Amino acid sequence: MADIVASSAAARASGRTSLHKVMQRKSTIAFLMALPLILMIFILVAYPAGYAIWLSMLNKSMTKFVGFGNFDFLFKRATFWEIVLQSCIFAITAVIFKAIIGFVVAHFVNNIPTKGQRKWRGMLLVPWVIPAAMSTLSWLWLFDPSYSAFNWIFVHLGLPKISWLGEAGWARFSVILVNVWIGAPFFLIMYLAALKSVPEQLYEAASIDGATWWQRIWFVTLPMMRNIIAITILFSTIVTFANFDIVRVLTAGGPLTATHVFATWAFKVGIESGDIPLGATVSLFMVPILAVAATFILRDISKRGSEV
Amino acid sequence: MANAAVATAGAVRPLRYGSISRDRKWALRWSYFFLTLFAIFFLMPPFYMLITSLKPKEEIAAITNPWWVYAPTLDNFIELLTQNAYMTFFRNSAIVSVCVVIVTMLISVIAAFSLARMKFWGSATLATGVFLTYLIPDTLLFIPLFKMMSWVRDTTGIELVNHWWTMIILYPTLTVPFCTWIMIGYFASIPKELDEAALIDGATWMQTLTRIFIPVALPGIIAATIFCFTVSWAQFLYPLAFTTSTTELVLPVGIVTTLIKGDVFNWGQIMAGALLGAAPPLIIYAFLMDYYIAGLTAGATKG
Repeated sequence: MADIVASSAAARASGRTSLHKVMQRKSTIAFLMALPLILMIFILVAYPAGYAIWLSMLNKSMTKFVGFGNFDFLFKRATFWEIVLQSCIFAITAVIFKAIIGFVVAHFVNNIPTKGQRKWRGMLLVPWVIPAAMSTLSWLWLFDPSYSAFNWIFVHLGLPKISWLGEAGWARFSVILVNVWIGAPFFLIMYLAALKSVPEQLYEAASIDGATWWQRIWFVTLPMMRNIIAITILFSTIVTFANFDIVRVLTAGGPLTATHVFATWAFKVGIESGDIPLGATVSLFMVPILAVAATFILRDISKRGSEV
Repeated sequence: MANAAVATAGAVRPLRYGSISRDRKWALRWSYFFLTLFAIFFLMPPFYMLITSLKPKEEIAAITNPWWVYAPTLDNFIELLTQNAYMTFFRNSAIVSVCVVIVTMLISVIAAFSLARMKFWGSATLATGVFLTYLIPDTLLFIPLFKMMSWVRDTTGIELVNHWWTMIILYPTLTVPFCTWIMIGYFASIPKELDEAALIDGATWMQTLTRIFIPVALPGIIAATIFCFTVSWAQFLYPLAFTTSTTELVLPVGIVTTLIKGDVFNWGQIMAGALLGAAPPLIIYAFLMDYYIAGLTAGATKG
């Protein structure tokens, strides 16, 4: 903004020069209006992303170029492969459950009379609205080893107590549960919007043909919602794969390294242990999955762009 | 729907009158039943947060029913709000979020206008690039950013690490791409005749933007503002990685790092703090739910 004013003022001062003419051109003004955005993207996103690749090829004190030394080092460590596995299990399981729960609840909300839907939708979206770090704290307290409110219920039902965050298996289950709790409402909202856009006539036609409710979902609802389902799952995969808050607050990767995902381990190695190049290397392993998801999303967007 | 039900019921059991409405009624009852179950699941942690924050210290450590408050008290809130640290976190968070909202909206509304309407060489590529930027997560960038900060300190002497205002520089990277993207969508849906008329009347581009586009796309701007505020309020990774002193922390990190002291968890206060921290987004959501949801769905359904 200031640039435009300053440069056009300067142009005016030096008389009606060719610079002035250039400044008056629509595309120049447009470019200047987008300039803050371009600068921000290049300095704070594109450059750091490229810099991460450079960092991953340095040694710990960042004095020597080691090529793929850091990658080589990681590939030989069993912990690294555990984290790859845990990241994949975490992301895939969480996304599947979020998608299923979101789909089912969206149908229930869509079933009830329209005037009640707003209220239910409002209540069910609350987990998404609360900052993840805050709500994870309440889960941490629900999972507390000695005062767990869940275990209190379990004991009263005659079930054994569970060490929610203390045992590797249960800790893995817990981080996924919290992730599903936070993320499912997002799917619910997206699916509900999609469900509303399916024309009523299609269901009527299906019913006249004698379709059961299951066939109506399989042959009418799902195909009509295919785009939204795909894009929501892709978005969610990216966010879940890069998740940090939940694991960090709930278990900080523990017990031992059982629940670490790429992001939390990169933080531990890069910031807490001070090995910046190794941390950068770990975080780079998120790139392949992000690239695949991004390609699909972009393809979908350009496809829809050409339809319009 | 009613017709559909008639047809199904007609095909399956032709002779029983009244079964249509009975089927509908049962479907409705089951829907309410399951919705209630899911609502309990979704609202249980915030509810538990609330009741824990109302409990006195003794009751939290007692072995009584944890799902009930026997002696409700506001002590946790009073203690928390009289602590300087918590108020500092809250103030830092509020200033950072408001500044980020202003910076983001200035950058993204102007850029979106230029990308949606004015077009220049490479503007289509840039629009796609903006969206791609939105997909790059903070967890990929925090390590190189950390290193860049120490480079800035070494070359210019400006210390960026361990200052809350650094967040005002960093958060827009998370908010600007998405806001620009949804604003492009909103601006593109405004009929061309409107800005052509304005140009014919002699309006400059800036006037077209402020007099026509911003008022017409106001719902989109509100949705983008809400998104922006909630993202900056909730951001956890950057402040955790870049700030350490108690006076420089923002709310989420402040609660997680200072209230959890070693093994002594002061759960009443932690829950009170988390509840107050969750309050601003929840209040905005309660009053502007439709805009909030519009912003949420815009990313995928527009564009």
